Amino acid sequence: MDRFSDHLGFQASVLGLRSRRNNILASNIANAATPNFKARDFDFARAAEKLDPTGPLTTTNKQHIPAARPVGMRDMQYRVPLNPSYDGNTVELAIEQMQFSENVMRYQTSLNFLNARINGLRSAIRGE
Amino acid sequence: MNKNGNINNIFDVAGRAMASQMVRLNTIATNLANAGSMAGSPDEAFRAIRPVFESKYAAQFEKTGLSTMDTQEIVTLNREPERTFMPDHPKADGNGFVYLAAVEPQEEMVDMMDANRQYQNNIEVVTTMRALMMRTINMGK
Repeated sequence: MDRFSDHLGFQASVLGLRSRRNNILASNIANAATPNFKARDFDFARAAEKLDPTGPLTTTNKQHIPAARPVGMRDMQYRVPLNPSYDGNTVELAIEQMQFSENVMRYQTSLNFLNARINGLRSAIRGE
Repeated sequence: MNKNGNINNIFDVAGRAMASQMVRLNTIATNLANAGSMAGSPDEAFRAIRPVFESKYAAQFEKTGLSTMDTQEIVTLNREPERTFMPDHPKADGNGFVYLAAVEPQEEMVDMMDANRQYQNNIEVVTTMRALMMRTINMGK
């Protein structure tokens, strides 16, 4: 039925997760000077595990409830700061920037995987 | 940013944070411009001003994870202007004293560097995200 989305599905979902993490990290960076702001993040590996249909939790019956769900408040956690700060802000710019650049790189990796798959599909369709 | 001021995307996040940093830079410029100014009484003397920032969360924060910052208010610091004996100063009071603006230029310069850096960080985020979006738009080409 949904062969195309099956083919692209996992990488597309990963891309969505990466994008959400970019939002969170960008918000942390934007709030680097706000007193009492607590930096947030989520555990990407765990979130991605839930997306993977072949991961540890599978649904083998129609009545099973799938474990995959969008990352919400329950998945977001506060970052534990390495250094204390006087104004209660837990954003450490160096860390957030590194996490952001790593996440951007991984986003591009997922994008490249997706592109490769799309090109593969296109070759198959054209019969080249 | 839409009419009700909600935060919808990364551009709202960075834009509002940059606007707040710009307010901060404006207050620093005001403080530095007034550093060294004299007044005839403690009440008239200039005192340094500072913006107060607060976090703003998107209405859909739980879904999108977007939050940014706004300037809540601008406060005048409760500092005492320095009393200097300058009887020949045109603004000197009856006892020959003038009151120097309560501004620490070094402190303002450090604050300015920090504001500058925060502003650049937000630009960097927008530049990166825009490049990512362009690549995403061109997916499969």
